[in-house]
Amino acid sequence: MTTAIAALPRKRVSLPRVLKSEWIKFWSVRSTLITLGIAVLLLIGFGLLASSLYGDGSDPGGPPGNEPTDPISASFTGTNFAVLAFGALGVLFTAGEYSTGMIRSSMAAVPKRLPVLWAKAAVFAAVVFVVALAASAVVFTVGQSLIDGGASWSDPGVARAVVGTAGLLTGSGLLGVGLGALMRSTPGAITTLFGVMFLLAMVAALLVPESWSDVVQYLPSEAGDAFTAVTQQEDALSPLAGLTVFSGYIAATLGAAAWRIKRSDV
Amino acid sequence: MIEVHDLTKRYGDKTAVDGLAFTVKPGIVTGFLGPNGSGKSTTMRMILGLDRPTSGTATVNGRPYAEHPDPMFQAGALLDAKAVHTGRTAYHHLLALAATTGIPKSRVDEVIDIVGLHEVARKRVGGFSLGMGQRLGIASALLGDPEVVILDEPTNGLDPEGVLWIRNLMRDLAAQGRTVFVSSHLMSEMALTAEHLIVIGKGRLIADVSVSGFIESASNESVRVRSPHANALHDLISGPGTTVLSIDRGLFEVTGLSAEEIGDRAAGAGIPVHELTVIRPSLEEAFMELTKDAVEYQSATIGATR
Ligand SMILES: Nc1ncnc2c1ncn2[C@@H]1O[C@H](COP(=O)(O)OP(=O)(O)OP(=O)(O)O)[C@@H](O)[C@H]1O
Ligand SMILES: [Mg+2]
Repeated sequence: MTTAIAALPRKRVSLPRVLKSEWIKFWSVRSTLITLGIAVLLLIGFGLLASSLYGDGSDPGGPPGNEPTDPISASFTGTNFAVLAFGALGVLFTAGEYSTGMIRSSMAAVPKRLPVLWAKAAVFAAVVFVVALAASAVVFTVGQSLIDGGASWSDPGVARAVVGTAGLLTGSGLLGVGLGALMRSTPGAITTLFGVMFLLAMVAALLVPESWSDVVQYLPSEAGDAFTAVTQQEDALSPLAGLTVFSGYIAATLGAAAWRIKRSDV
Repeated sequence: MIEVHDLTKRYGDKTAVDGLAFTVKPGIVTGFLGPNGSGKSTTMRMILGLDRPTSGTATVNGRPYAEHPDPMFQAGALLDAKAVHTGRTAYHHLLALAATTGIPKSRVDEVIDIVGLHEVARKRVGGFSLGMGQRLGIASALLGDPEVVILDEPTNGLDPEGVLWIRNLMRDLAAQGRTVFVSSHLMSEMALTAEHLIVIGKGRLIADVSVSGFIESASNESVRVRSPHANALHDLISGPGTTVLSIDRGLFEVTGLSAEEIGDRAAGAGIPVHELTVIRPSLEEAFMELTKDAVEYQSATIGATR
């Protein structure tokens, strides 16, 4: 009925093995793949749409009040939508284990617990960065070809904007991974992510007094803008500072998730 | 081997497990019995390191489960609720768990065959029936060919064929020298499979006995006697060590004397006896008797006036 004990060599749990497990998990849920596809479509679809409108010289595309002012940002019109989609993907990757109960199997297999979180974050970051980088290179290259006098890869700031966009999308996804593990609820974590990435800056713009406006540039969305924009805004952080601040938010969220995972019951 | 010492778990001010201590030995099936909400699942989760004890310890093969470098080879478990991502196939679920500790694909196929899920292994778990879900849980418990197998109500949702299969599986695992710890509500089920019993109620240990010991202590039998000469018979059989309970005119229940003894005495005195029935409580009744003070969620008997 069961096979002999001797047949199965005993191996230890190790980080590379947990990475492999998370890799298998990532690619074996259809909703994950669909969300990944949607995220890519949003980035490329909106980018190309806005680029062709911009190229026409007709009304520039993009969300009202936020129309692109230069050819490069026209191609990256889809970034905001993609931020949410990649964020949701990250949330699904962790919170989905809690909502289905899978987490108990995962943690019984890796009872030290934290390797599961680190492996999830690493697999997610690697996959999403590659996908997002490809998508952002495609949307830039094709988008600019639709625009007369569009930018080229050798223009200053372009490479940074393309890679930075991939970094922003990966980072938003990692925020989702952390929030999902911290809150253990898909709707809760997606709502929080939306609030942090979009509402916070709007609310701050309305409520924060003028003398405090320095604080606004440290918000996650503003820090993200700082390293994805081709042309730097005044009163924004430098690209490197923006990247550092944004990474800080990711580290803090993952750290909080790790603390909760280690401390509380599965 | 599972060892539990002074194990306590509180959720807020609810004490789910209260100072439990017991040992589950290898080579036999040990039944873990208790009414709903008595703390069986909580205890099992603590043994697996999923819930942190408020105090006390639980060890698997001499160490806390989480401190083993190769946990899946030490213990495998079927937990009470489905612990599977519904969007994944059974095969990929097992493959992902196996990967964490280097268990090869061939073993995944093997456990799928053992539990009889071959036909549906490539289907998503979301569409599985309760019984198929249980089988998948058992497959994951067996993945590491573990020394300790923990099953939380494994027969839940299984058809009679499945119940029989589980029973044989547990016996085989124990016969191979493994520790098999299985929870259930059904005393009768455990009497068929288990050799040892750990009974809890409201999180506390009520009994830690061998099944044969339990059956012996439970067979506190009485004899129902019916006779037209009740008074004479009553005098004949009452005495120290026997209780005679009058139930109806000419009918009583006697404990402390065997049916043979009563019949012989009646015959000796020439008293006619119309009925002589041995009444043995069922295991289930004995179990309920044992745990009656520790039942948390008692059903009210509608319309009963007793
Ligand atoms: N995570 C939790 N938070 C709060 N209370 C809990 C939690 N888990 C269990 N409990 C409570 O602890 C008690 C023991 O529950 P447990 O599930 O261990 O019982 P059980 O013996 O497995 O019951 P059943 O036979 O119904 O499966 C119950 O009163 C339950 O409500
Ligand atoms: Mg239970």
